[in-house]
Amino acid sequence: MEALQLFTRQTKAIAVARRSLLVIESIPGIRYNEIVDVELGTGEVRTGQVIEVGKLTTVVQVFGGVSEVDLLNSKVRYKGETLKLPVSPDILGRIFDGSGNPIDGGPSIVSDDYLDINGIPANPASRMPPAEFIETGISAIDGLNVLVRGQKLPIFSGSGLPHNKIAAQILRQASLKGKSEEFAIVFGAVGVSYDDASYFISNLEETGALSRAVGFINTASSPVIERLSTPRLALTAAEYLAWELNMHVLVILTDITNYCDALRELAAMRGEIPSRRGYPGYMYTDLASLYERAGRISGREGSVTILPILTMPDDDITHPIPDLTGYITEGQIVLSRALERKRIYPPIDVFLSLSRMMKEGIGEGNTREDHNNAFMQSYAMYAEGSYLREISTVIGSEALSDRDKIYLDAANRFEQEFISQDEQERRTVEETLGIAWKLFSMLPIEDLKLIQREYINKYLPK
Amino acid sequence: MGKIWRISGPVVIAEDMRGSQVYEVVDVGEARLSGEIIGLEGDKAVIQVYEDTVGLRVGEPVAGTGEILMVELGPGMVGNIYDGVQRSLVTMKEDIGDFLIRGTRTAALDREKKWPFTPSVKAGDKVYEGDIIGTVPETGLIDHKIMVPIGMEGIISEIYDGDFTIKEPVAIIENNGKRIEIPMMQQWPARKPRVYKRRFDPVDLLVTGTRIIDYLFPLALGGKAAIPGGFGTGKTVNLQQMARWSQTHLNIYVGCGERGNEMADVLHSFKQLKDPVTGRLLQEKEIFIANTSNMPVVAREISIFIGITMAEYFRDMGYDVLLVADSTSRWAEAMREIGARLEETPGEEGFPTYLGSRLSTFYERSGRVECIGNPSRMGSATVIGSVSPPGADFSEPVTQATLRIIDALYSLDVALANKRHFPTINWLQSYSLYADSVDKWWNKISDDYSSIRNEALTLLQKEAELEEIVRLVGPEALPEDDKLLLLAARIIREDYLMQSAYHPVDTYTDPERNHKMLTTIMKFYHMGKELAESGMLVSEINSLKVLQKISRMKDIPNEEFDQYVSELWTEIDKSTLYQEGGM
Repeated sequence: MEALQLFTRQTKAIAVARRSLLVIESIPGIRYNEIVDVELGTGEVRTGQVIEVGKLTTVVQVFGGVSEVDLLNSKVRYKGETLKLPVSPDILGRIFDGSGNPIDGGPSIVSDDYLDINGIPANPASRMPPAEFIETGISAIDGLNVLVRGQKLPIFSGSGLPHNKIAAQILRQASLKGKSEEFAIVFGAVGVSYDDASYFISNLEETGALSRAVGFINTASSPVIERLSTPRLALTAAEYLAWELNMHVLVILTDITNYCDALRELAAMRGEIPSRRGYPGYMYTDLASLYERAGRISGREGSVTILPILTMPDDDITHPIPDLTGYITEGQIVLSRALERKRIYPPIDVFLSLSRMMKEGIGEGNTREDHNNAFMQSYAMYAEGSYLREISTVIGSEALSDRDKIYLDAANRFEQEFISQDEQERRTVEETLGIAWKLFSMLPIEDLKLIQREYINKYLPK
Repeated sequence: MGKIWRISGPVVIAEDMRGSQVYEVVDVGEARLSGEIIGLEGDKAVIQVYEDTVGLRVGEPVAGTGEILMVELGPGMVGNIYDGVQRSLVTMKEDIGDFLIRGTRTAALDREKKWPFTPSVKAGDKVYEGDIIGTVPETGLIDHKIMVPIGMEGIISEIYDGDFTIKEPVAIIENNGKRIEIPMMQQWPARKPRVYKRRFDPVDLLVTGTRIIDYLFPLALGGKAAIPGGFGTGKTVNLQQMARWSQTHLNIYVGCGERGNEMADVLHSFKQLKDPVTGRLLQEKEIFIANTSNMPVVAREISIFIGITMAEYFRDMGYDVLLVADSTSRWAEAMREIGARLEETPGEEGFPTYLGSRLSTFYERSGRVECIGNPSRMGSATVIGSVSPPGADFSEPVTQATLRIIDALYSLDVALANKRHFPTINWLQSYSLYADSVDKWWNKISDDYSSIRNEALTLLQKEAELEEIVRLVGPEALPEDDKLLLLAARIIREDYLMQSAYHPVDTYTDPERNHKMLTTIMKFYHMGKELAESGMLVSEINSLKVLQKISRMKDIPNEEFDQYVSELWTEIDKSTLYQEGGM
């Protein structure tokens, strides 16, 4: 990142170097949280950040650790600036690293417009409640866990589950129903493998979407500290595109688990009192400072929609990372290992998944008048069938009544026909609802209690 | 004027601060960030800063204001939206745009607007603290009573009738030759409870319109309750429902460290929704405090106290006020963060050891009181806080500390949420200590209240026991009377406890209708028992037509409801007759 060299001041008065921290004699004018360069005797330069500043001493956390720092020759240079991202319309189609430097071989971004990567909170009185339906072409989402513009909806996955495929499919297919305008895409890869990062990029290239995309990539081998700046850079770019250039932006952040582990690592180095499982007590607030950057603002055209991806350690949804995420985001798409074993793609667990913004985004004018009824009825049908499946493993399916057997069958077909679809298959919301209605026709008509009579007459296949 | 000496996150230490007082409000740095002194040592002051401290430098100025953190009280609060330190977000939007820029100064109350003041005392009257001297119609639903500030008394020498700004005097009081001007606006320190004459037990039902709360676990006006629940259990929807429909005079919604989009949803919907009893817009009886999760953490701590001070102020006018706080866990986390920065010895899970006592200073400010001043009047402040236990594990410190303070618990259940049973209030774990004290209130509607309530709770309790058996042997293996019990419990769950927040009729159930709905189901159960005794199978009872009518009861519009239910009761009574007559 471009530094404002004019204000650079430096000191060699390092008093303590321990773990990742340096305690330095203060010089006047140091800003809290400003970025510093630490130059070692060998000439190597590392980045650091002021984490405490007093009249006498300043504490700097060195990203990359303090190994080989000596108290005689090492220098600390203050830049007088917190992390900023230069922005211009030219960022579209470009790939950057976790410090905002281009890694696609292209030129640096030239701009006078530098934005603080921490963003500025939106006034709650200026926000607009998200309400516009995004058609992802995936039935389990469009039918049961609707995504709307300005929402933050994470994918809770587990290692080995196809979250990247699903995210890529959403990126390819997402569109606003009945409108041709396309989303700008911002992709933030945090501590992921090189393969995962290049999967997304080549996907964007193949579909020609790269020209309306920006990538920020911190791979597993890049510095840990950049895991904290990568999503912030991505969101700063997204906010610029949405609020300045009036674009609708879809942000993919993967993998939030790596982000949280980096947060824990750096907090532990500072000797902070840990909270659950060693993660810092402020992790909720820290995650909120990312996720809350989604939204819509009244009077502005654009929107920021965030799809964070996280892998639940040991598939445990009560682990602090999915838990705190779930408290902030507006629902979650949960992937199921059991469905994956049945070779159902996408293996979306309908019971654990939820979209809190669903009611705003469906119904007449958004999707179709019967959507809410069909949603509730499919849910009830699948729930009943799954419950009976569970019971029948204990008491045997012979002990079930004929009515119960219909439900058992409906639940199986629901998984095979409704949830399951091809990776390349793009279903309209009408097609999705059509599959649901086909399954309803298996049930006794008097069981369709959750659907209004007029819709039954109109939509139930004869 | 002091200078910054040290900066660590939201905590700033300033030197040359001799003469300051603890809890004094200070302006920090060149950006004039708002802060509050939380400790003094020699010439140094420890300050918690309500705005982001990134970029501050040692040596920047720190200026004391000489005042401790005061809440501005007066006309203009109702319908307003405040941040955690009572800056009007509506004014900020007009002044600085859509994003919250640090160091912005915005008054809580409009200084320019003129309000019509009508006096209710006259020159020569002797007035004491808390006496109402006049009113201002603030909204269509709230008459703002102008009271003599606490600590003042004297003879009214002048009192005016007409339009005034909140700072202009509306009355002059003389006391021992001193003339005191009384404007409409007054101030009160946020951390200090307001005074009242006497406290009373809460005995009147706070009608929330949520069936399971009003009937099975009632909350009383002036009571205190908590709603703990894991994510996705609908804490916020429950609180919003209460802030929407509760039959109180005024509601205060404190969004503390929660979602911005949800807050936007609340703000927008309250501009459109109407109160079911008065038909007026909900906005006319609502004050919002919005400190979303990405806004400064420290302001969460004070936002709750600002909210409760407002609640007490309207209580003192003789109103019934409800304050909902979403979420007290985020509030506790703010305390943990400050505690850690101050290097205090942590208690459980890093929370400060004073977590419990701080929580009670908030909840204990609820209550039903006889207000101070004339005319004599009763007012109440009811407090409901949500708790967000990590991993839905209720054994964590914030939930446990809260349970020791509150008298009604609405325990939200992840398993019910996964079954899409909303509201997810678990009927086996929730409780209300007000159930006995509001009995009298309910008896105005029906003498059967406690017997029906008890019977329904017993049924649900037995259902849970039977469910265990069903999981082992299957439902078919149960005796007929148990099957009937399961059927009745299912009807209670699906057709009574489940309530849609999004259905125009179902979203609010008044107490009379609530009583009739549950009575109907009980009547059906009793009829079912008679039928079963005379040999009818439960599977046959299950297919009776009345069942469909019971399940449609929820959605019947209020004006048709009485007719619908009386027909239903006739039909239920007839069902047994047919049976006796040999079907």
